[in-house]
Amino acid sequence: MEQIEFDYPAAKRRIAKKAHVGVVGSGDMEVLMDSASGEGAHVSITTSVNGFRDTWKVVFDRFFSKFDGAVRIRINDAGATPGSVLLRLEQAVEVIEQ
Amino acid sequence: MSTAETFPAFVSRKSFIELDGRARAQSLFDEGTAKELVGPFDGIESPWLAIQGVAPQADDGCIVIKGKIGGLPAVVVSLEGAFQGGSIGEVSGAKMTAALDLATRDSEAGKKTAAVLLLETGGVRLQEANLGLAAIAEVISSILALRQHAPVITVVAGTVGCFGGMSLAAGVSSYVVMTKEARLGLNGPEVIEQESGIDEFDASDRSLIWAIHGGEQRVGMGEADALVEDDADKIASTIRGYVQAGPPSEHRSEQVKLYRDRIAALDTSEQIDPMSLRQRWNGNNTTGGAR
Repeated sequence: MEQIEFDYPAAKRRIAKKAHVGVVGSGDMEVLMDSASGEGAHVSITTSVNGFRDTWKVVFDRFFSKFDGAVRIRINDAGATPGSVLLRLEQAVEVIEQ
Repeated sequence: MSTAETFPAFVSRKSFIELDGRARAQSLFDEGTAKELVGPFDGIESPWLAIQGVAPQADDGCIVIKGKIGGLPAVVVSLEGAFQGGSIGEVSGAKMTAALDLATRDSEAGKKTAAVLLLETGGVRLQEANLGLAAIAEVISSILALRQHAPVITVVAGTVGCFGGMSLAAGVSSYVVMTKEARLGLNGPEVIEQESGIDEFDASDRSLIWAIHGGEQRVGMGEADALVEDDADKIASTIRGYVQAGPPSEHRSEQVKLYRDRIAALDTSEQIDPMSLRQRWNGNNTTGGAR
């Protein structure tokens, strides 16, 4: 069990909608995305697989290189691979940008 | 029937089993009436899973949606089978109990509110042990209170099935709806094998499992009321029918004498096969083929 937090202060675009996608099933995760309370975006991850902080960082660096919303992202993870993490994030973005 | 006739129907049907817990619940309501209560953004997670190294889920795998079904007030409680096997913990149990109790309160005040339970669950969440057991007791007593006023309809669609304590909740429901893919039983196949040995029950024998626990058998024995195809529209219309029908004059679980006599009359000196049990208990109402 590991708790991981990241901040992306450069993501400043205001977001009005919320999104909830995914299930905390084996190899999957859920994402809750809503507007951040402060400036910039904040990510908070609860994962049952320890020791992958650097991998999460790489995935989110890539995600925020294309996305600029000031969102609060909360993740409950049950061992999603980096590929599925990005897919779930894109799915959530699709919901809030609709 | 030719393949040309069956193939398009199979392809165009909207599967219920393939929907997740939330989408299943939403698919039952009249357009635009569904409103989720204590949703994932309210953040009521299980406080016990994280300390045991298990990632929690924001809705604790229990989705509660209020709205109208066929124009009548109803609440749907759906268990997400993909999260911890749909197991009942402190939070998910409390959500289910509260939803049933609020429906009872509304019903007593004159606004009859039916409850639909979409059960995909292995029963008590082992990580929350006694709290889960207590939750199941509360759920059952809340069902008993509500069913006097409005129907409590349990749907077991699959593929998890409904086992353990929650099978008791299914047992005290007004109506039980199953698909052919679904399974319903107090002890699951693996539990029986583990406790009584492989001679008693081979949990790797799928045809045996479905012959005992499967939807066809349960409906055939008269322990469930409707066998519905895995089709979201058909399941929704079956539920609408039961919501409109109201509670039955006598619930299955009230017919104690009937079931006691049936079990007393069984000859256990010979192996009873599933098909003959259907014929003996449910006579000509038997649906579906032998397995």
